Amino acid sequence: MPIFHERRQLVTPGDLLAENDYMSGENTYKENGKIYATRVGLFDHDEKRIFVVALKSFYLPMVGDTIIGKVQEVTLGGWIVNIRAPYVAMLRASDALERPVRPQRDDLPALFDVGDMMIAKIVACDRTRDPLLTVLERGLGKVTRGQTLEITPTKIPRVIGKKGSMITAIKNETGCQVIIGQNGRIVVSGKTPEDERLAIMAIRMIEQEAHTTGLTDRVTEMLRKEKGEKPVKEVTENVAKET
Amino acid sequence: MSQKKPEKLIDEKDIRYDGRKLNELRPVKIEVGILGNADGSAYIEQGKNRILAAVYGPREIHPKHQALPDRAALRCRYHMAPFSVQERKSPAPSRREVEISKVMREALEPSVFTEYYPRTAIDLFVEVLQADGGTRCAGITVASLALADAGIPMRDLVSACAAGKVEGRIVLDLNDVEDKYSDGADMPMAYMPNLNAITLLQMDGMLTAEEFEQALNLGVEGCKQISQIQKDAVRAKYVTAKETAPEKEEDEGDKEANE
Repeated sequence: MPIFHERRQLVTPGDLLAENDYMSGENTYKENGKIYATRVGLFDHDEKRIFVVALKSFYLPMVGDTIIGKVQEVTLGGWIVNIRAPYVAMLRASDALERPVRPQRDDLPALFDVGDMMIAKIVACDRTRDPLLTVLERGLGKVTRGQTLEITPTKIPRVIGKKGSMITAIKNETGCQVIIGQNGRIVVSGKTPEDERLAIMAIRMIEQEAHTTGLTDRVTEMLRKEKGEKPVKEVTENVAKET
Repeated sequence: MSQKKPEKLIDEKDIRYDGRKLNELRPVKIEVGILGNADGSAYIEQGKNRILAAVYGPREIHPKHQALPDRAALRCRYHMAPFSVQERKSPAPSRREVEISKVMREALEPSVFTEYYPRTAIDLFVEVLQADGGTRCAGITVASLALADAGIPMRDLVSACAAGKVEGRIVLDLNDVEDKYSDGADMPMAYMPNLNAITLLQMDGMLTAEEFEQALNLGVEGCKQISQIQKDAVRAKYVTAKETAPEKEEDEGDKEANE
């Protein structure tokens, strides 16, 4: 059972990856016993499966995903939410209020208005219908503070790290709360804008260097360095302003 | 840049008037991912052709009635800039442009897994900035790369190239002058090299059955060459990603790579 590439080698769509006994995994397809790549990415495999780690892709909604959405429109029975996917999601009023909805009485824009960000979970989604959301679980709901940033969804696992090591490192070093949506949106909220800036810098660094190893240590190191230098810089700036 | 008909398009030594051999492509230069606001993009220079392609999507489809229940709608617009040709071209889409948009769409659609994303649209814009013959082929080549750059799953990259007859000889990759001033034939084709499948085949002019076969084989060879250039262009965008991939820890300095 031949394999035609080395692990972590860059492949392009249509590249022949392997033959016969392997199963076709992520970003590959099988035809006549041959496995080809469907996306630009890094080749990889285990005992059974051949797969490609895509370098760029977009979010596809899956049931159970926690995502960060932005309200696009308020309708009579609920909200239309942009979830950074090819499909817009619906959040019905009954999935946001824990009681029966009275369309005339309930003020939906007071809950979520156009432009509001929300942490939500996808409860239903298939080929024929647009995804449905809920905000009735713990940890879900409106985003009231912090900053959001967007990254390629394929890099989300890297931001979380093995058993959450990377995300814990960022949280500990910056003191920020970081909420990651599966759709590539991230909310960062900290005590000061400076903390948030540091956390965002770290995430951007992960995005840029997602393909390298030993990244967690480097990110921690970078954050410590930044934190150490910062007060000195601020002092000199303030002095410059005063004079 | 005035165009005159050269005395001879092919000289005694089988060299074409622009210095190429009969089976030689024009110099091709491709760059991937050059437009910040598009989901995927690419740029090609093939001889004097200069073409930009941008891809958006898959995204929500508007107007809604164009949505297909079982797959994504690939919408393609081929357009020539008013300054892309010698005599100013009206910016309104001409009959020819509408037709080329359709052929390009049909040449690319077999390569895209449209069935993965029902009810959505994949929008593709191909803008010809400078034209010198064979723009539909260069357009398909560059559009395919823009699709791959957008992260849209594809069966294969599509490469396209023309072959034809000039002064009785079968040649590869005709340019504008060769197409205009020879009474031969022009045969553009698009090809998926890994699957060995032709997705576009057009011809104007006359060829005998033998000439047709010869031209077809030559064209496929040209497509294979272009395919290699396409792959190199994709690699060039991610070259640092590839080099920093090994298990070693890297210092700063090679930060750039992908976005």
